[in-house]
Amino acid sequence: MTTLNMDGPSVRGKMKAPVSPLAKRSAIAGWLMLAPWLLLFIIFTVWPLFMAAGLAGSQTFGPKVTTPVGFGNFKNLFADPLFFLACKNTILYTLGSLFIQLPLALGLALLLNRPDIRARAFFRLVIFSPALVGAAFSAMMFAVILEKRTGLLNLILNRLVGWDVQFPWLQEHILPALIIASLWQWTGFNMVYFLAALQNVRQDLLEAARLDGAGPIRRFMLVTLPAIKPVGGFVVLLSVIGSMQLFELPYIMLSSSGGPENRGLTVVMYLFQQGFEAGDLGYASAIGWVLAVFLMMLALIQRKVSGDAEVQT
Amino acid sequence: MNTRISRILQSIVTHAGLVLVSVVFLVPFLWLIATSFKTNSDVAESVLLPIGDGLFGVAWDRLNLDGYRKLFNQSPIWSGMIASTFLASVTAVCATLLSSMAGYALAKLRFRGHKLALGLVMAAVIIPGPLLLAPGFVVLHKMGLLDSYWALILPAAAPAFGVFLFRQAAIGAVPDTLLEAARIDGCGEVRMFFMVALPLLRPMVGAFMLITFLGVWTNFIGPQVVLQTPGKFPLAVVVAQLRGSYYQEYAMMMAGTLMSVLPVLILFLMLQREFISGLTSGAVKG
Repeated sequence: MTTLNMDGPSVRGKMKAPVSPLAKRSAIAGWLMLAPWLLLFIIFTVWPLFMAAGLAGSQTFGPKVTTPVGFGNFKNLFADPLFFLACKNTILYTLGSLFIQLPLALGLALLLNRPDIRARAFFRLVIFSPALVGAAFSAMMFAVILEKRTGLLNLILNRLVGWDVQFPWLQEHILPALIIASLWQWTGFNMVYFLAALQNVRQDLLEAARLDGAGPIRRFMLVTLPAIKPVGGFVVLLSVIGSMQLFELPYIMLSSSGGPENRGLTVVMYLFQQGFEAGDLGYASAIGWVLAVFLMMLALIQRKVSGDAEVQT
Repeated sequence: MNTRISRILQSIVTHAGLVLVSVVFLVPFLWLIATSFKTNSDVAESVLLPIGDGLFGVAWDRLNLDGYRKLFNQSPIWSGMIASTFLASVTAVCATLLSSMAGYALAKLRFRGHKLALGLVMAAVIIPGPLLLAPGFVVLHKMGLLDSYWALILPAAAPAFGVFLFRQAAIGAVPDTLLEAARIDGCGEVRMFFMVALPLLRPMVGAFMLITFLGVWTNFIGPQVVLQTPGKFPLAVVVAQLRGSYYQEYAMMMAGTLMSVLPVLILFLMLQREFISGLTSGAVKG
């Protein structure tokens, strides 16, 4: 804080100090620089947000025809078996990604972080690179990779362990298929965050623990884990938020649908289908609110948990 | 001596494991390239290159450019590439400019409403995108922007997350004493941002531009909802539509996917240091 900058807040204070020309200039410049962003933000984020509240209480057909229905949308939503199926699929996918992908990402980060690793940048690059592909394009790849008779995965597994080349990933085992595809795409992304977090681990503490006779597992639990906990919480949250919004991967992989028996239907896909295929933007907004409230609650819980963790350590 | 041998052994095992993992992550890319040159029957028969009696036991003569020929003749891949390049570059520049200015102003300048604006940014960071999908569509309809690139560029040019990142970066990288000195020398506030602050924020500028570029390049749901004219579709939509019309043409679909993925991979390879540092800066500092 500089003395010049202190002028600003004091203007708002009880003293009502005379406004210096410099502070005034700084205030005008501040608004001037904020204005272009703020204008677009109000039009394209704040306005739609308020509109989302109104829309959730109406039934629409496209953007033009609107009928108010009060809480009818939410009432229908909580009795809608397809919505529950979408929630179930999305949550199972999220849990699958969380419990398979994040431990793997952390394990790889720990391996790469060992001091004797050569070509670290190369390994990191290779494992991270699928994150650059984008969900729409990886969906195209995995649509063919997971094909029954011609797909790469069945072919390789068949040569390695005699796996059935007719294994129906995209016809029946859609959730495992989605988890495999996202495992390829996002493990390296999460690994990069864990690698950054591991830089916060104090080497002298690790060394001290080693001298005290602590084995690798105890050293990990007592020194490494507490040090990476804040970033770890952030990665978990980011990963859950991303997984809960799964859309492109199943939508494109399953040819613009939820797949056989809607086994690949997700919450955002259902929102998209209701809003832009059936044309009920009101129902879509209601789905959006349920998702938003759920994610915001998770964010609050994460903040509370990681806040408490910091107090403890 | 024994510990040294076990250490070397451990190191070899670790490296072997990492090589194996890297191969697993690389194989889909290699397969993507190979498939784009293969015939359908070879896709089913060989994992990577078709087996035959050419050099190294590979049937080189069965590799062909049919997939690419069909792609360029029968799908709007060129217009898709132009659209994606245009959208991603313009959005990246605008979003970086607007959010760096706003982030800097919130970090370094004090003005009435400063706290309110900051609260707005922090609240907006947690709003999930899908919530704004339907009402955003209505807003774009009311403004008459549907089926235009403005409908994709303008909303993406004001990201709350960008302001958050640039505010963090400005607090850390722009010393107040420097700004004060420039003020005393009579430098105007806006000029000071461009001449003093922006050069100091350069790492974040590079990283954020790349992140935004990648985000727009791979965005599918936005153009899918907003655009109607096929000639305006970016790559993500053009390529995804191949799955509907040409789902039996593996080479063509994979050629389109490769053409979409390759530019981003190359861009990233050239600028990877900035990218990764930018990606993690929010987490480590925040």
